[in-house]
Amino acid sequence: MAVIALSPTERRSAQHNAHLTRRRILIGRAAAAKTAPSDWLSRCLGDGGWRLATGAMSARTLPLLFLNLGGEMLYILDQRLRAQSIPGEKARKDEWTDVDRKRVMNDIITTMFNKKFMEELFKPQELYSKKALRTVYDRLAHASIMRLNQASMDKLYDLMTMAFKYQVLLCPRPKDILLVTFNHLDAIKDFICDAPGILNQVDETFRQLIEMYGCLSAGEFQLIRQTLLIFFQDMHIRVSIFLKDKVQNSNGRFVLPISGPVPWGTEVPGVIRMFNCNGDEVKRTEFTTGGNYVTPQREGSFELYGDRVLKLGTNMYSVSRPAETHTSGSSKTLASSAKVNAFLILSLVKLMTLAARCVSKVCRWSHMAEGFPLGSFTTPIRLYTLFPPSLNSWVTGSSIH
Amino acid sequence: MYESDGSIMVYWHALDIQDSSPCQHLRCAPPAGLSSGMVLVFDIPQKGTNITVSEVLKEHRDAITDIAAELGQAPVRAFNFLCVWDSLEQLIVTGALVPSWTCSSVRLWNGIVAAGYGNGQIRLYEAATGSLRAEVGAHARWIYALDLAPATGKLLSGAEDSFVHVWKLSRNPDTDDVEIEHCHAECVTDTQICGARFCDPEGNSFAVTGYDLSEIFCYSQV
Repeated sequence: MAVIALSPTERRSAQHNAHLTRRRILIGRAAAAKTAPSDWLSRCLGDGGWRLATGAMSARTLPLLFLNLGGEMLYILDQRLRAQSIPGEKARKDEWTDVDRKRVMNDIITTMFNKKFMEELFKPQELYSKKALRTVYDRLAHASIMRLNQASMDKLYDLMTMAFKYQVLLCPRPKDILLVTFNHLDAIKDFICDAPGILNQVDETFRQLIEMYGCLSAGEFQLIRQTLLIFFQDMHIRVSIFLKDKVQNSNGRFVLPISGPVPWGTEVPGVIRMFNCNGDEVKRTEFTTGGNYVTPQREGSFELYGDRVLKLGTNMYSVSRPAETHTSGSSKTLASSAKVNAFLILSLVKLMTLAARCVSKVCRWSHMAEGFPLGSFTTPIRLYTLFPPSLNSWVTGSSIH
Repeated sequence: MYESDGSIMVYWHALDIQDSSPCQHLRCAPPAGLSSGMVLVFDIPQKGTNITVSEVLKEHRDAITDIAAELGQAPVRAFNFLCVWDSLEQLIVTGALVPSWTCSSVRLWNGIVAAGYGNGQIRLYEAATGSLRAEVGAHARWIYALDLAPATGKLLSGAEDSFVHVWKLSRNPDTDDVEIEHCHAECVTDTQICGARFCDPEGNSFAVTGYDLSEIFCYSQV
């Protein structure tokens, strides 16, 4: 692969002594290559990069990937279905009501936490390919009376994956990925709080997670995190809610804050302690780091119930929760912007009661390869365009590499 | 194993079927660390390609994450266990390190072991005895890369917090105490650093790259 040095040289001032020049070496062909160019480059530059590129992948990653992406999908669907909800007594036959929304959420969650499927999921295995995983969510989204067109499904999936990529990237400690998962599960339990049968299934999955991940070391969690990051590598789809909240740049890369609380178990950088051969501290010096870090207040809970503390993985589309932004130093609420923002508008395509009646008698869904159960429905199927092209798109442009 | 210019493969070693994990760490000189925790030591003659496995060191229970070697000594560190081997035959010292954090990278210089940790700390140990000589709250996130400039004792650390720091290691001639001072901090905006290396033995320039990046950034002192 050719190495091209860009000229003129860029000057990038460091925090203090700005006597460094920076040259940017762009790997010409690598930049155009389909397979993660940064793999090859990271490999040139040291152990961490090598491991990230090639090395051991954790065989325990799939449950976390599936559950977190599923959680994000449910957040989006819930928000969209609420936005278009019509009071039951006023709704026409083809309009969307609260009852319908709950029905869809319950059906999807029941399918997601199916016992047999969960058993398969928790077996040590490699991640599914991107295509296979996409198929899983296609089927999951259609596990109820709702139908999405191709464009909607594409955009839903893009938003899900970018949201989870953001959460994985910004996890303070590798173990916090479990807290992110628990945040998703806590919210899912809220969605189905009045359906005890499904609630049991979710609790059971919770227990399986605690059993499987509860005693893993930091290194093993970092391996899981690396496996996820490799899966999401080179995805830079711009999402308007992220752009608006300044957690993503216009080039599609996420903003990594250099302020805020340090991870639990890490000290605020800046202190050097030196010891003599007897182990007595003999010297202590300080240095300035350039970041603006503070001590964290408390650790999140890894129990079945508890305050997770971490905001990553909570519902950023709901009106009561702020988006996670450290850079601004103050939290921004989405209370007003959620409605005004209107980045998704559910427009109902009236699909023809006729067609709906034809299929409504018995509706059978094909098994997913991984064993989702059959269902049969007698209510009409509704086809939705979640993200009509006429509106300002909430996913702008194509992905940037 | 390849020639130093990468052109020709000179040796390959097949792992047993039981070693189902791939070889995780290799350097230009032996040993090789496996994710099963074993260290393979190779005999490489000065000339020729007659490379043989001279022994297998089984001390670590967890995956090897880094190996450094200096004449006569090689610290090897696994997820949370550091071992220093003398001439790769005899275990000098073992030590359980910061118990809940993984040691992700290790370097050896002038009898000093520099170890970078997942909680952002850099620790310096005496290679001969294993005693802790310095503790630095260096980064706010997982340290991915450490490098040493052998001519000057400069240490480079890169971590997920977007920062690269340059340090200077030294030994006090009177007390034989190990000293470390901070020289420089560089922030690579919005980048989780995955790799960092000095480009010359004096440590006057270094290169970094990060996750999701298709570029290598080179910095040099002016």
